[in-house]
Amino acid sequence: MNETSPAPVVQAPVPRKTPAAAGGATSSSAAGQRVAELLQRQGALVVLLTVVIVASFVYPTFGTLDNARGVTVQASFGAVVALGMTMVIITGGIDLSVGSVFALGGVLAAWASQWGFLAALFVPLVVCGAIGLLNGFLVARAGMAPFIVTLATLLGARGLLLAITDEGATTYLIPKGSAFAELGQGSIWGFGYPILIALALFGIGGLVLQRTSFGQTLFAVGGSSDAANLMGLPVARTKMLVYTLSGLLAGFAGALSAARLSSGVTIVGVGMELDAISAVVIGGTLLIGGAGSISGTLWGVLLLAVIQNLINQIGELNSSYQSVVSGGFLIVVVVAQRYLARSRRTT
Amino acid sequence: MAPPEAVPQPPQPAADAKEASAPAEVTETSAPAEVTETSAPAEVTEASAPAAGVKKAPAPAADVSPDSAPAASVLEARSVSKRFPGVVALDDVSFTLRAGETHALVGENGAGKSTLIKVLTGVYRPDEGELRLAGEQIAFARPFEAQQAGISTIYQEVNLVPLMSVARNIFLGREPKNRFGLIDFSRMHRETTELLDGFGVRVDPKRPLHTLGIGTQQMVALARAVSVNAQVVIMDEPTSSLEPREVETLFRVIEDLRARGIAVLYVSHRMDELYRICDRVTVLRDGRHIHTGDLADLDRMQLVSMMLGRDMAEVRRDGVTSFGSEGHDASRTPVLTATGLSRDHQLHDISLSLYAGEVLGLGGLLGSGRSETAKALAGALSLDSGELSIGGRTLRRLTSAGAIRAGISLLPEDRKAEGIVPGLSVRENIVLAAMPRLSRAGIVSRAKQDRIVDIFMKRLRIKAASPEQKVGELSGGNQQKVLLARWLCLEPKVLLLDEPTRGIDVGAKAEVQSLIDDLAREGLAVLLISSDIEELIEGADRIVVLRGGAVAGELSGDEVAESHLLEVLADHSPAPAGNAPAAKEDPR
Repeated sequence: MNETSPAPVVQAPVPRKTPAAAGGATSSSAAGQRVAELLQRQGALVVLLTVVIVASFVYPTFGTLDNARGVTVQASFGAVVALGMTMVIITGGIDLSVGSVFALGGVLAAWASQWGFLAALFVPLVVCGAIGLLNGFLVARAGMAPFIVTLATLLGARGLLLAITDEGATTYLIPKGSAFAELGQGSIWGFGYPILIALALFGIGGLVLQRTSFGQTLFAVGGSSDAANLMGLPVARTKMLVYTLSGLLAGFAGALSAARLSSGVTIVGVGMELDAISAVVIGGTLLIGGAGSISGTLWGVLLLAVIQNLINQIGELNSSYQSVVSGGFLIVVVVAQRYLARSRRTT
Repeated sequence: MAPPEAVPQPPQPAADAKEASAPAEVTETSAPAEVTETSAPAEVTEASAPAAGVKKAPAPAADVSPDSAPAASVLEARSVSKRFPGVVALDDVSFTLRAGETHALVGENGAGKSTLIKVLTGVYRPDEGELRLAGEQIAFARPFEAQQAGISTIYQEVNLVPLMSVARNIFLGREPKNRFGLIDFSRMHRETTELLDGFGVRVDPKRPLHTLGIGTQQMVALARAVSVNAQVVIMDEPTSSLEPREVETLFRVIEDLRARGIAVLYVSHRMDELYRICDRVTVLRDGRHIHTGDLADLDRMQLVSMMLGRDMAEVRRDGVTSFGSEGHDASRTPVLTATGLSRDHQLHDISLSLYAGEVLGLGGLLGSGRSETAKALAGALSLDSGELSIGGRTLRRLTSAGAIRAGISLLPEDRKAEGIVPGLSVRENIVLAAMPRLSRAGIVSRAKQDRIVDIFMKRLRIKAASPEQKVGELSGGNQQKVLLARWLCLEPKVLLLDEPTRGIDVGAKAEVQSLIDDLAREGLAVLLISSDIEELIEGADRIVVLRGGAVAGELSGDEVAESHLLEVLADHSPAPAGNAPAAKEDPR
């Protein structure tokens, strides 16, 4: 019937991509994508295992159970901080305040430990949670840039910390043998409680991220904030919650660290936010948000800890080289992510 | 301390309204013209409307008065106005959507369709007026509340999360849970597969959305919108990225929605689609409500003339524009020839030639591919196929820079986003594109600049305090002239003007129009795109009409008249389904 109309040019059946062809084209590149995505997601684990296995043969002192216990305990505090950071970065944000909040949490815990276990636990949680909430409010409701907001709270929390401790002159001690000190120092089969707590938190965090609506919303907000909003997801509330969580986790990690050290130390946590971000990114979470995993962050944290431990083992190297190695590794990962992002766009 | 384990479904502020609305809808029903048996229980009284065929029932009244309105209305906007700085996007618009009807919303650019949709879906809040859902007044603070109330929307641009899987996208915010409150993925994937099967889409629900084609993504968006418990589904140009086969699927889904008593608000520029599936139509123009009524009562010509604001009874030939009455003497060798310009979903085999000294009008309704064609000619749109030659020389690679070098200049439609640099001065804006020609070894001669700027400011009568005034401070008309000056000082052979007079005041409009006239007389080849029918007809020597991204016809000589143009625009040819989108009925 098309032929009946006179002058107008009839649209010829334009050789568009047929659905079958389109499907075929995308499925072959989908296989490549799966490999790339696997590498992105589990690259840190692969490298971690390689490093651990090789180092165990090369450095006899590395592959001991004692060393493993030491490394993991040291890493557990940063791991808890990185857990919160993972969630923030998945939403496309960033939380620079965690290092200061970590230190503040430790000092508050030590100070409050004179009133017992619960006070030592909840005072830092309340204060650090409030700082996280402030971050979240300014980012989500006031629409400010996360970088600036959390930079401001980084400075603010550090200042608050110095004010509490008279510029670091006062050190609050946690009573020896108290229940709270036990939280940081106790162990099961030689594995300190902090390790177990961190693992438990990662388990819960993974469940929250993958198996709850809240977790899905984090991905949606990071993947496309506009789409999430139009789909009717509670974008602002999710952001507020995720920054609050990050503050809570950082404060809790600080308290745990203070319990281990038996005192609140003001100088800890400087630069910790950058370590956490490195671990998250190495673990395969996209800095632009929308993709990432809790397990990847765990491997990232452990990888950075193992590299540091190895450099200490080698002994000849200045420990500052740890930063060089981590930095180099970070660049490799980010380049790989960029490559992946580009290959995605072209499909 | 454990992080909150699961954040439950957000509290549902509008849920009561939604629940309350269902019974209300039934009890208040009194004119169930379009309600089919599945949605309306037996006790429905057929008071005012004859229960004729589903589609052809005559509307009781075009503009229903508020008193009789709550009939079978699901969603109603009463005297809604929305203003933005400098613009009244919606001016006292009233509109009723009835249960089980498919209601077309049409209008040209700037008619207020998008704004109305955003008001209905809670993205914007109206400045005045109210919304009623099933007769009850309602106000949405956020899109979320509109969705909770049962209004779901498919946007023209797919609004899903590309990195997430198909299933997660469909169930975002309402994931099926197991008894521990955790997401039940196996159920989610199973339900996704079942749901998509109903749409004729077979994909692995675990596949990330971005790995699918745009059409499939659109179907996923459709599945999401329909699978929520919606009473109203708003579709904003849902077919613009669909294959014909997928369009058929979409229409089947719409039929199904109609059978379930769900109201569909359908926005499209494709006349065939509207006439095929829509019961009633609402026409908006310049933010105002023009008409609501049965689509069957209107033929295409009437619909198009309402959209364009032209009354068929009083087609006038001359009057308001400032174009000279006689045509131009065009040379007989084309300056620019385009053959077979094609781009997936946007342009289909467009060929046209442009002669020196003529104004070629490019006509067509919104979405017909006018701007895309102009962009393609200027090398600013990547093409799947097609060839462009200028002065007999074929351009091998089409790039913006190459087109400018070859003498093609495009005055883009959106001068704010694509044209002027508001923070720079008039002088800087004018010489911006000419910089490479005016500079030697990277140093720009100020004297040369001043000379050129002086010439063009006088010639185009640009009203500015001085050449150093910031362009952002000028009026729209003067901004447009600055842009024109920028391209003219490149001494182009071909000037592509995309809506050159939109949004500028009457005086400036007349000046720009007579300038176009002069330029053609001086031997420039001008392509003019305008939604203003009068401008097109009086300004152009020939008009190429586009429809659905393809050339629908060409008018020259005496044919360049309003009635002819409207006929081609509306596809008012003897064979009613003779144009491109109708090809979807072809067996594949």
